[in-house]
Order: sequence, then C-alpha cells, then structure tokens
Amino acid sequence: MAEAETLDDFDETDEDVKRFMFVNRKAPYGTIYALEVLEMVLITGAFDQDVSVAFLDDGVFQIKKGQDTKAVNMKNFSPTYRALEGYDIEKLYVERESMEARGLAPEDFVVPVKVVSAAELADLMAEQDVIISG
Amino acid sequence: MAYDFQGKSIDHDEEGFITDVGDWSPELASFLAEQEGIALGDEHWEVINFLRDYYNEYQIAPAIRVLVKQMKKAFGPEKGNNKYLYELFPYGPAKQACKFAGLPKPTGCI
Repeated sequence: MAEAETLDDFDETDEDVKRFMFVNRKAPYGTIYALEVLEMVLITGAFDQDVSVAFLDDGVFQIKKGQDTKAVNMKNFSPTYRALEGYDIEKLYVERESMEARGLAPEDFVVPVKVVSAAELADLMAEQDVIISG
Repeated sequence: MAYDFQGKSIDHDEEGFITDVGDWSPELASFLAEQEGIALGDEHWEVINFLRDYYNEYQIAPAIRVLVKQMKKAFGPEKGNNKYLYELFPYGPAKQACKFAGLPKPTGCI
C-alpha cells in the first residue's frame, strides 16, 4: 500500500473492482462483529471497490442515533458510519422487516439509508461478487 | 514502550503512535515531529488540526485518499493533493501526520 499511496492515479481497470456487500446482523456492542465489519468496510472502500452495507436483525441498532456506551466501557463508534460517505460508500440498506419489528424508522439512523424489503435485499445479494456477514 | 516527555511517561505502540489520544498536546506534536527531523510550521499545523477535527467528528483517522479529498474540499487543490502532503510529511501524510496529531494509525494502512 505504501508505494501505491504516492501515485495520484492508479492504473485501474474495471476488472479490479468487485461488488462487495457487508451484512450486519448483530447488535453493536457485546461482540466485536460490528466494529470488525466496519473496519473491513473502510478498508474495502479505501481500495476503491464497489461496496454496499446492509443492516438487518439486531444489526439495525448499529446505526441508531443516541448511543451511549459509557456503562459498557466501549468506544461509541457510531459516528464512524457517517464517515462512509467520504469513502464513497453510499449504498446503505436497512431491511424493512427488521427495522419495523424494533420500532425504528429511517429518521432514527445516524446516516441516510435505503429501506428495502427482505425480498429486495435478496435480489441485491444475488448481484454481488462477495458477501461478508458479521 | 513510552516517550519521556516533560517529566511524564507517555505510552506508545511499536510504531510510535501514542496509545491514549488524551495524552496529546501541541507541545507533544512538536516533540514527536522533532524526533523525525521535522520542525512544524503553519502548513503542518493546518494538516494536523484538520486530522484532529476529522477524528473528533468520525472517531477514525482517514485513509490517505479520503484525507486528500477532504483537504481539497476544505483548502482547494493546491493543498488537497498527494505531492503537497508528501512534501510536508515525507514518510506519508496519513502515517506521519496522524502520529504527530496523536491519532491511531489510519484504518486500512498496512
């Protein structure tokens, strides 16, 4: 990476770009999955890949506004999701069924998301080259 | 591993990044830069302060591509490019500037 960093223009062709979808299913704290997936998302974005991020099941809580982590003694990393736009990662999906089952709405999230049904999400998954689930 | 700075011991990792962001001060930044042969001028501070603001907002250090893009947005193309940043921080703007700014190593920097 160090050498590539010095180049203004990468010699890049479309063949080098794969479609990645990261699927978040777990609550943000209590396990390391959410944070580790977020790091992978950032790294994948830094390598100019086509990245989508999906939130379903308890994963929808990862991007909920107003997280207070003092009592669990972990860093609140929810502000980092707002950095994704700067990495050109703008395809963020929330599964409607998971969101509604938890009494949440799009305005409860720290980032703009596209709400999709489970069936639509399945179609999006079918279009990916790589799916990583956490 | 620790720096001995102003009578205090400040922990750092194997690459010299301080482990507690709270230990940072502008004087420490100058001290860290001196260790690598750099006297910090206004242009260095502009980048360091930019990185600290970015970290406060997003809780991460930006990847180099993102730093360049955001610098371009904030200060224009003369400063938002790799060449300018590498002249200020020869060992890599993300790595070296982040170190002086007291931030963790940028995510995705191998």
